[in-house]
Amino acid sequence: MSITVRFFASIREKLGKEQDIIECKGITCAADVWSKSAGIPLPPNTLVAVNMEYARPDQPVRDGDEVAFFPPVTGGAR
Amino acid sequence: MKIRLVEQSFDPWQEIARHQSGQPALAGKFGATAVFVGTLRDFNQGDAVQAMRLEHYAPMTQKYLERVAEEASARWPVEDVLVIHRYGELRPNDPIVCVAVWAAHRDSAFEACRYLIDELKTRAPFWKQELTPQGRRWVEPEAD
Repeated sequence: MSITVRFFASIREKLGKEQDIIECKGITCAADVWSKSAGIPLPPNTLVAVNMEYARPDQPVRDGDEVAFFPPVTGGAR
Repeated sequence: MKIRLVEQSFDPWQEIARHQSGQPALAGKFGATAVFVGTLRDFNQGDAVQAMRLEHYAPMTQKYLERVAEEASARWPVEDVLVIHRYGELRPNDPIVCVAVWAAHRDSAFEACRYLIDELKTRAPFWKQELTPQGRRWVEPEAD
């Protein structure tokens, strides 16, 4: 019973890890995953993806999900 | 429709020619090919750029590039789409992305090509880290 957590770019560097596996116990939504794995408040503007789809922090998650946290994408604005 | 993420430098013109010649069913069906190629500059925000590292979330990137290509194909009558996007370490003058659209008429080719490049830049999970004389820095989303 676990959830895979992925961190990218500046968030990965800030936390010093790119991946984590956490127990599902006590976890109901993506924001809970962040709290348990990162241990610091969710930085403003952080994007969340659940199973590779953009999601809100309050999106429910469950066993086997992959939850990712990353800064706004920078493909280029113009 | 072909979507590729590549780590090594590529030649968009060779790739486009190769793709087209590998699709014999396309012959005679298209009257327009619109192409966008994005290339790494050696300057950004007033600083010299020596190199760039392009990080991405591989399976999600592939999924979103495919989705954007499917959306463009549903919205405009296009015959074929080719998207090639780099990741990893890039040097100035390296092509970053290539979007090619084949359609019967130019309006659809131009519009679908424009849609593809604009959407993939805002939705595909890529992050740019530039190497400047002052060191490495993450590019801010509104900066480019």
